[in-house]
Amino acid sequence: MLLKLTSKSSLTEHQVTDENIYHQRRAVLKQLGFLGAGALVAGVSSQSHASWFSGEDKPSFATKALNYKPADNAAGQILTTEKKVTTHNNFYEFGSQKHQPVELSQQFNVKPWQLSISGECDKPFTLDYDELFTRFPLEERIYRLRCVEAWSMVIPWLGFSLASLIKQASPNSKAKYVAFETLYDPEQMPGQANRRLGGGIQYPYTEGLRLDEAMNPLTLLSVGLYGKTLPPQNGAPIRLVVPWKYGFKSIKSIVSIKLVSTPPQTTWNKLAPQEYGFYANVNPMHDHPRWSQASERRISGSSVFSAKRIETLPFNGYGEQVAHLYKGMDLHKYY
Amino acid sequence: MYTLNKPHIKHNQKPLERINQLLWLKVLIHCLSISPLLYIYAQAFTGQLLGDPVDILIHFTGIGAFNLLLITLCISPLAKKLKASKLMKVRRLLGLYSFFYGVLHLTNFLVFDLQFDWSLFAGEIIKRPYITIGMLAFVMLTLLAITSHNKLKRKMGRQWQSLHNLSYLIVILVSIHFYWSVKSELTTPIFYGGLTLIVLLLRFKKLKVLISSRFTS
Repeated sequence: MLLKLTSKSSLTEHQVTDENIYHQRRAVLKQLGFLGAGALVAGVSSQSHASWFSGEDKPSFATKALNYKPADNAAGQILTTEKKVTTHNNFYEFGSQKHQPVELSQQFNVKPWQLSISGECDKPFTLDYDELFTRFPLEERIYRLRCVEAWSMVIPWLGFSLASLIKQASPNSKAKYVAFETLYDPEQMPGQANRRLGGGIQYPYTEGLRLDEAMNPLTLLSVGLYGKTLPPQNGAPIRLVVPWKYGFKSIKSIVSIKLVSTPPQTTWNKLAPQEYGFYANVNPMHDHPRWSQASERRISGSSVFSAKRIETLPFNGYGEQVAHLYKGMDLHKYY
Repeated sequence: MYTLNKPHIKHNQKPLERINQLLWLKVLIHCLSISPLLYIYAQAFTGQLLGDPVDILIHFTGIGAFNLLLITLCISPLAKKLKASKLMKVRRLLGLYSFFYGVLHLTNFLVFDLQFDWSLFAGEIIKRPYITIGMLAFVMLTLLAITSHNKLKRKMGRQWQSLHNLSYLIVILVSIHFYWSVKSELTTPIFYGGLTLIVLLLRFKKLKVLISSRFTS
């Protein structure tokens, strides 16, 4: 498979504008220098201002263009801008504030990478970094991602079905669930080394799906977005996307996929079982204890005005493809 | 309120100089309170904030209100300790800025998060304990803001002080509101709980009298 490598200089117009704003902002700040004073009476803006004064020399993580089959449902969809998708992230391994993953993950090393598929299967195997992009043909899938915090985005992911991967491993009769695990490397992931930065959750991050959920054609292993490999703040080099569930199920920077016979422990359910369930299907009828799930902010861009509050749909609007998996289940009990 | 002993003021210092010092302090407070708001709102409106600008605005104004409330509650003990009764003159200004940040905090939630969904707004106030408690604190703070005017203060007499003693209850409610509002990072709310405790301990004697009088009268 041919992999195109774009040089850093071939920036899109979109990216050039962002850089100008980046430099303008720093110039203004340097001149005014009132952050210290401002911090005295008001809360300091949570932006990591320190990095603005040192970041010039450090190179950004280099993504590269990928070959893929484009989505056939792109027409009429309002995609969330690439800038927004890559600067508004919940990835506590790189800081629990949404601006921190892009700021703190640019030095993340994805080579070498090992993704192991193991457990209750006849043909366990491991994929190295290059194989993530070559083992299976890549296709573009435009999915809605609905966070449990009641905001959502529309993102053009690149990847392949999780089902293809699992089929290759040949699950045996004992395989009933799939357990996922993120990389554990406190040296590279500052949130894993510092409890406050890491948002108080236990590492490594773990997630799980029922086998039929994992085998559903919608379930995607993503290695890219917007035509390029994943930036680290979005879960490089490979992550899960389960579009009918709340975003915390879509585990990032995966190192292990294991077929198991009992429901695996999942990070958010361990932290607050009354707030985050195992299934975590998007359900407007079942509120989070601290906020309503009946509506969400659909975010299209970076300004505070670039969002629209819309009704949340059951299964995030993917009911046609997945509702049958939950026939007869009380979704208030199994939230 | 004024002590007769003012060793820090020279014999011949003109009253105008004293007023000037106070004016500069007030100007400083205005600048330090307004400029961060101008900055953060400009950034939010022009899409320059990374992360979620709505969350950032809500948190910035909330923490700002909390900071200003804590500072306001330090003014009396500080003025007593430093024998600088002039300091009391800025207490109302700081308190009103705390209220102002509180208004913005609530407005951000209604306008940018809920986007004027009034029934959702009403529902969330009732259903979510951390919002209920925050709203309670806000209503009390509003009463204090309304009655902060000199004319009303004179009219109310002793009752004014009784009402404004609510500020100690408000700061407790605000710290609980903050603690209950976070998803998983408890370090910051716990730290602010500590600050709240310190501020209350500074007024231990007064609070002791208040609480015991409540039980005897």
